[in-house]
Amino acid sequence: MIKFQRENFDVGDELAALCANRQNVGAVASFIGLVRDVAGPGELSAMTLEHYRGMTEKQLQQLEADALQRWPLDRVLIIHRYGRLLPGDQIVLCATTSAHREAAFTACSFLMDWLKTKAPFWKLEEVGGKSEWVEAKDTDDEAAAKWNENR
Amino acid sequence: MKVLYFAWLRDRVGMTDEEVEPPDEVTTVGELIDWLAQQSSGHEEAFADPAIVRCALNQEYVKAHEKFSRDDEVAFFPPVTGG
Repeated sequence: MIKFQRENFDVGDELAALCANRQNVGAVASFIGLVRDVAGPGELSAMTLEHYRGMTEKQLQQLEADALQRWPLDRVLIIHRYGRLLPGDQIVLCATTSAHREAAFTACSFLMDWLKTKAPFWKLEEVGGKSEWVEAKDTDDEAAAKWNENR
Repeated sequence: MKVLYFAWLRDRVGMTDEEVEPPDEVTTVGELIDWLAQQSSGHEEAFADPAIVRCALNQEYVKAHEKFSRDDEVAFFPPVTGG
């Protein structure tokens, strides 16, 4: 399941709903991404997440389908927020459930690596009254590419 | 045809989307980038380094050699930074 929302989410509630009445699930793996404070002392930073409505959904649904095909998962949940966020705010929740932990752990890592290079989101950082677009990292591309090598 | 811009490409071009009419000989995404870059100083700045510009046709990633049709949804944006 893929969700995009401006509002915050409760990790406990989301994970409980993901596992409710799923007797075959023995493992839940999750990743939570938070806004890091990039400001110096006395400054406040913020981050605005922009996304390409429609394409974001499409890309993440493809990723979800890919993960479900590659690992014996029960369910996948990705919640990604957009809009203006402050340090400490939750940005993303990625959770996978499976009978055993290995598939859940591995698929969760796969989903985050690909989300970071495929899903059309862009971060605009505000520090001390100035706004700058965050630059993409080569290490993110490398992290995603390794999943193709392992195939 | 409609072209969409995101993040710093939008800032540089100065609009979120626009209707454009490229000449018939412009058939690939790479040729469209070259043509768009000539439309204004903002466009020129946005497409100054075509190698880092990402393109999607109908919300799927494509490379510069890909051909587009006049009713495709074309979008240009920088490398993504979500998660």
